[in-house]
Amino acid sequence: MNDMSADGYVTEDGRKIGGTLMEMKNITLRFGGVKAITDISFDIREGEIRAIIGPNGAGKSSMLNVISGFYVPQEGEVWYKGARRPQMKPYEVAQQGIARTFQNIALFEGMTVLDNVMTGRLNKMKTGLLSQAIWKGKAEREEVENREKVEKIIDFLEIQAIRKTPVARLPYGLKKRVELARALAAEPSILLLDEPMAGMNVEEKEDMSRFILDVNDEFGTTICLIEHDMGVVMDLSDRVVVMDYGKKIGDGTPDEVRSNQAVIDAYLGVSHD
Amino acid sequence: MSDQLVYAMEVFLNGLMAGVLYALVALGFVLIYKASGIFNYAQGVMALFSAATLVGIMKGQVPFSHLINAIFDTDVHHFGWHLPALAGILLAAAFMVLLAWMVQKFVFRHLVGQEPIILFMATIGLAYFLEGFSDLMWGSEIKKLDVGLPQGINLWIDETTFNIFDYGFFIDNLDIVATVIAAILVFALVLFSQYTKQGRAMRAVADDHQAALSVGINLNFIWVMVWSLAGFVALVAGIMWGTKSGVQFSLSLIALKALPVLMLGGFTSIPGAIVGGLIIGVGEKLFEFAIGPMVGGATENWFAYVLALIFLVFRPQGLFGEKIIERV
Ligand SMILES: Nc1ncnc2c1ncn2[C@@H]1O[C@H](COP(=O)(O)OP(=O)(O)OP(=O)(O)O)[C@@H](O)[C@H]1O
Ligand SMILES: [Mg+2]
Repeated sequence: MNDMSADGYVTEDGRKIGGTLMEMKNITLRFGGVKAITDISFDIREGEIRAIIGPNGAGKSSMLNVISGFYVPQEGEVWYKGARRPQMKPYEVAQQGIARTFQNIALFEGMTVLDNVMTGRLNKMKTGLLSQAIWKGKAEREEVENREKVEKIIDFLEIQAIRKTPVARLPYGLKKRVELARALAAEPSILLLDEPMAGMNVEEKEDMSRFILDVNDEFGTTICLIEHDMGVVMDLSDRVVVMDYGKKIGDGTPDEVRSNQAVIDAYLGVSHD
Repeated sequence: MSDQLVYAMEVFLNGLMAGVLYALVALGFVLIYKASGIFNYAQGVMALFSAATLVGIMKGQVPFSHLINAIFDTDVHHFGWHLPALAGILLAAAFMVLLAWMVQKFVFRHLVGQEPIILFMATIGLAYFLEGFSDLMWGSEIKKLDVGLPQGINLWIDETTFNIFDYGFFIDNLDIVATVIAAILVFALVLFSQYTKQGRAMRAVADDHQAALSVGINLNFIWVMVWSLAGFVALVAGIMWGTKSGVQFSLSLIALKALPVLMLGGFTSIPGAIVGGLIIGVGEKLFEFAIGPMVGGATENWFAYVLALIFLVFRPQGLFGEKIIERV
């Protein structure tokens, strides 16, 4: 067992996990009468792969949407990099270095793969409209730099062959990969992935798992992901939050969670009463 | 060369120039429609309003003077200055940005996610509001607009064509200038949307709002920007038409000319708006020239619509519009 001290630790496979990067404190989210999230707290440490699991409708996506600013919780606080985050629009959250993918894929269908990934860098482009017109050289240099970074990510995720293909023509599995590439292009501090492997065949799932591990390993990106496939989650993640009916029923290492009775009950469908 | 062919060439040229202006107006629609799914019925009124504002600013007219005088029993009309055209145009452009911001803040921000038909109705309301507001602010009389654009027959073309064909073409200098300016503006808009950060963000917003938010694009900013661009386009169109036939209510009807252009070119396509504008400009002038005399003339009033309707039957998505695929 690792010693999870506040300042961080080193995992069995030699990755460095740091202190708390993000902390959710007593989050409650309601939609009218439906309580999607009830008083949930958990933290995400720098450099770790943190999973959120739970049965359908447990509130996993809602939690990701709270983190990325798409949903505003009625109660609770979000702490990021040691400071309480005021209420923010999704685009402001993105500008703070939190990138995400969606359960139902949200790509720019009319654009090519390359253009899609380039949009991930919009926030990195400093040059404004006026200076773009005046200092053409500076804007060009910036464009070239951005292109290089994007090409690296495209190589990394092995989608060179479809660089110029309009996204609308791609099969589902590749779309998921392009969406990951776009999120990575922002060089985020935290990467949020909502079911990155849903709807994939075994081979595609293996590829995606490898990419997620490589991203975390090579870029040191902190990742928070939602996944249904228990096997995958146990392999990938350092720590797991388990949700059921909007409540947190478990939190810990994969081994700890696996042996947690409440978690076993939720997954075996023991009746709730 | 036969006389008819030479006349037809002259008509063709005039049609081409009218077409560029139609394209410009249509572009105003396409910009907003692409980025927000709003069909902006008020585009024509925006041209009227911007041109009236330009006249008012240049003349140093006191805005709402009628209202002010009625309430306070005063007699103010002018500030007593005259601004040069360039300063007037810059101020009018700034005014269109302000208008764009207000339209977004007070109307469309509250309608995000509504059905297209509701957004469309809102723009109809906006059109009537702006029309009335323009009258209230600057008065409703026909205003003369002169920003120093050349007008009258172009003598060089007249002489040159006379030497070649024995028949001098009548091409108005204003049309030439309008064509050049419109062409530059269209070109600039295309460059803007393809190669700038904001242009890229604009295309992203046009494609998918949720995805755009997730990469950190401020939708509100983009929408204000798009309405501002549409405002500039309206201002340029307003200046051209206003110089030609005075700033008056009929100016807002140029929007009706853009409608068939959009049907032809597709509501979402910038190249479509350009090509559609040219086809309709040339088509209606040539049709009037060739067929007009046989049917008693005035075909220009309906030709564009008939052409667009025929086109709709065979290619409902327009020349370059995105293909409509029915999902079942
Ligand atoms: N925008 C919304 N409006 C109303 N209710 C919502 C909304 N989003 C989520 N909910 C509700 O909140 C609850 C949790 O949904 P959520 O999508 O977070 O679950 P999930 O754990 O991601 O499920 P799945 O595994 O099916 O993706 C559900 O009851 C859902 O119907
Ligand atoms: Mg979900």
